[in-house]
Amino acid sequence: MPKSQFLGVFLNGEVTALVVDDHKVSQIIHHQLLNFFGIKNHVVGNRKEAIEIPYSGKKFDLILMDRDMPVLNGIEATKKLRDMGVRSTIAGVSSHSISEERQEFFEAGLDDCHEKPLTAAKLLSVVSKIKSKA
Amino acid sequence: MLGWGVEFLRAEMNRLLALLFHQGVLDEQFLQLQQLQDESSPNFVSEVITIYFHESEKLLRNLRLLLMERELSDYKKMEIHLNQMMGSSSSIGAKRVRNVCVAFRAASEQNNHAGCLRALELLEHEYCYLKNKLHELFQIEQQRALASVVRYPARHN
Repeated sequence: MPKSQFLGVFLNGEVTALVVDDHKVSQIIHHQLLNFFGIKNHVVGNRKEAIEIPYSGKKFDLILMDRDMPVLNGIEATKKLRDMGVRSTIAGVSSHSISEERQEFFEAGLDDCHEKPLTAAKLLSVVSKIKSKA
Repeated sequence: MLGWGVEFLRAEMNRLLALLFHQGVLDEQFLQLQQLQDESSPNFVSEVITIYFHESEKLLRNLRLLLMERELSDYKKMEIHLNQMMGSSSSIGAKRVRNVCVAFRAASEQNNHAGCLRALELLEHEYCYLKNKLHELFQIEQQRALASVVRYPARHN
């Protein structure tokens, strides 16, 4: 499969992503999956780092947000990022989905949500929702 | 002779993989992992699996400790550990381990101590089986990789 060429044509430019997940296994797999599609990505291990990103001036087209993290969970982090004016496409990723929690996650400002494992097909569906850069 | 060795080992790998799929131990997510491995990250699968083993053993130890508390088990903490184990197991395609985590989580939500203990024993058993089989798979892969780099002079009839 032609990797980045496929997405390059589809997205008409470079796409960047931020992976927010405190579990090493998920970090490595999501990082590699994004690389596979030619999406430059950065990984942070906790929500606190994620909500500091806008202050650093870095912008990402896509944020993959793990829901199940201690301290500041994915729902709260998403709300915080939206309140800070972050307009990136945010896709939630969780290991266990209950409809009420999903609803709460979407209300926090998600654009998409998927249950682990994050497959190539799910990622393509997420990428199709990427809004054009501001 | 050498060609036969490499092919034999490849067939052995495929046979073991087919068995694990048939038993429901692994699912297609494992194949997705293999597809992510390339020249720039040739050991990707074994690296991820090694981290998975390391994390899972820590989680299993923590779950065992939580269940040994006679007075009151911290079910909330158990669920956090189980969510992590579910997430990482499904991410590497460890279907049976993930399914036991789901059952374990259900017992934990009901504060069912005996049910949780039974689930933990089953989880440890499934995890052990998975670990042994994946080690076997990696050993065959290593032998195959070794066999394919050794060169022999051409034979003449």
